[in-house]
Amino acid sequence: MPQTASCPGNLVQYASGLRATGDWTLLHHNRLRKTIGHQRHGHGPDTRELDLEELGELDTSGAVLLVELMGPERILDVATWAPEQPPERHALLVAVARAMPDSTLLPHRTRFAALGALGDIGRNIENLGRQQTQLLGFIGLTLASLASSLLKPRRWRLTALVAHIQQTGLNAIPIVALLTFLVGAVVAFLGATVLRDFGATIFTVNLVTYSFLREFGVLLAAIMLAGRTASAFTAQIGSMKANEEIDALRALGLSTMELLVLPRVLAMMISLPILAFIGMLSGIAGGAMVCLLALDISLIQFLDILQRDIPLRHFLVGLAKAPIFAFLIAVIGCLEGFKASGSAQSVGEHTTSSVVQSIFMVILIDALAAMFFMGMGW
Amino acid sequence: MSRSEAAVIEVRGLINRFGPNVVHEDLDLDIRRGEILGVVGGSGTGKSVLLRSVIGLKHPDGGTIRVFGEDLQRLPPNQRSLLERRFGVMFQRGALFTSLNLQENVALPLIEHAGLARADAEHLARVKLALAGLPPDAALLYPDALSGGMTKRAALARALALDPEVLFLDEPTAGLDPIGAAAFDQLLMTLRDALGFSVFLVTHDLDTLYTTCDRVAVIADKRILVAADLATVEATDDDWIREYFHGPRGRAASLAAQHTEDR
Repeated sequence: MPQTASCPGNLVQYASGLRATGDWTLLHHNRLRKTIGHQRHGHGPDTRELDLEELGELDTSGAVLLVELMGPERILDVATWAPEQPPERHALLVAVARAMPDSTLLPHRTRFAALGALGDIGRNIENLGRQQTQLLGFIGLTLASLASSLLKPRRWRLTALVAHIQQTGLNAIPIVALLTFLVGAVVAFLGATVLRDFGATIFTVNLVTYSFLREFGVLLAAIMLAGRTASAFTAQIGSMKANEEIDALRALGLSTMELLVLPRVLAMMISLPILAFIGMLSGIAGGAMVCLLALDISLIQFLDILQRDIPLRHFLVGLAKAPIFAFLIAVIGCLEGFKASGSAQSVGEHTTSSVVQSIFMVILIDALAAMFFMGMGW
Repeated sequence: MSRSEAAVIEVRGLINRFGPNVVHEDLDLDIRRGEILGVVGGSGTGKSVLLRSVIGLKHPDGGTIRVFGEDLQRLPPNQRSLLERRFGVMFQRGALFTSLNLQENVALPLIEHAGLARADAEHLARVKLALAGLPPDAALLYPDALSGGMTKRAALARALALDPEVLFLDEPTAGLDPIGAAAFDQLLMTLRDALGFSVFLVTHDLDTLYTTCDRVAVIADKRILVAADLATVEATDDDWIREYFHGPRGRAASLAAQHTEDR
């Protein structure tokens, strides 16, 4: 059926019936369907004779139209009323007539928009609750398998652990360092602008070091890893699940928790404190650069204030949060991966969900921790 | 069988390699209009790579592939897309779009390329799914809910969506039960006879080979060892071919095919 020199199909009326002419192919499908709509009287099949002698090309879409026009019963004995057609064409028409669905109408869901919206809200809230229960359950499962494998050094997956530390920690150093350096510079600029009015630009040093040691270093690193690593964990495990690799592991009697989840969780718990430390250093360096270039505070002066005014506990308070964030990010990333089903769409949805959830959790826990530390006077 | 001998696809001097590993060297093959060409060869001899080269998914490292008289690699993208619409491809593992249900999977090319309205396209898609042997209620299922055999049928329905001139099938009957595979063979021949398309069939299924194929091409030693009708191929003096066609499975399939013809 070359598409060149194609003669459009048509349906014409003549004395005792209808005559199909020209090519009944996909190319002319839209027009032919309209013509058929005009020719048909009611909704039932046409009872008139159909003459196929001048029919040109015929493909499956044309055959479907002919079957719709005449009804499957009459097409099934096409060989008797159109014997001039080649047997291949009879076979095609018969095959299509047999394949025609009995009722072409499929149930259409009708729903009211307002009720639908209410239903969606309910469903989402229910999902949210179920999500949290699942997360708690998965955290328990992770801790239990961690405890059971800690006692058996032979079951430690050191190679996987080191590989994940490289991917989540080492490879993330440049972007985390750059990001915190820039934010450090911005915080110093903002602080200097406000503090200048009070003639207290020197306190910019305290502002930058306080904020980076207690909050920004670890928070920025955690958010970076939530975007970078939680998504990677979900996509890895999700596509393994789609590929039945998870089922294969289970069928081999291997523990997916031990093989897939623990190395990732532990790697994150080792990487994030290191990255948080790098983030603190780099943010303070950004602040120091602004102090040096814009505020005429020399590096020696900066370090001197840092050493004299800032107690060690700010650093410890900041760093203490890192393993908790790391644990939550890794667990959420892995859990969402396990929840993904076989389709590409589902892997995408769960990757989004894992990033959103882990960033949300990081910020929520950070806020709670800030209140706790303030209450404790640390 | 009076089919024209014109080749719709000509492969000349094809070279394919992955790093130091040469898959094809100086491979020649013709696919003629209206024939079913079976491509056989041991595992790893590059049957699927040949298929991917012909449909333009893999850029060959040498040689020419002419499709309907045009070199696919040298055409500008829009003309290439026009040519590619005349292909129907069924991948080994189905490659259905997992975010669409079956009827949307089949309707997609109809809407995009043939310009049909969605309702029309989905109606036509349901007919094609039924033609490929799927029950009517399967049209609304998503690919992850399908069995292996249903995936194959749905993939065939999508490959047939645009009524292609050349149909590429990569192991279409692998994983089908024998009844389903026989029905698939019949369907393929009915459609080929009625629509006159050519089929490039990569298969290990000897029954399919004996029932449907007009010619068989054997890949071995990085090239086509022989491409001819089954009798000629069977008689070729080569160890691999002898083992393949005259081994226990080959003999059984040959007997079965003769038996069917006798009846």
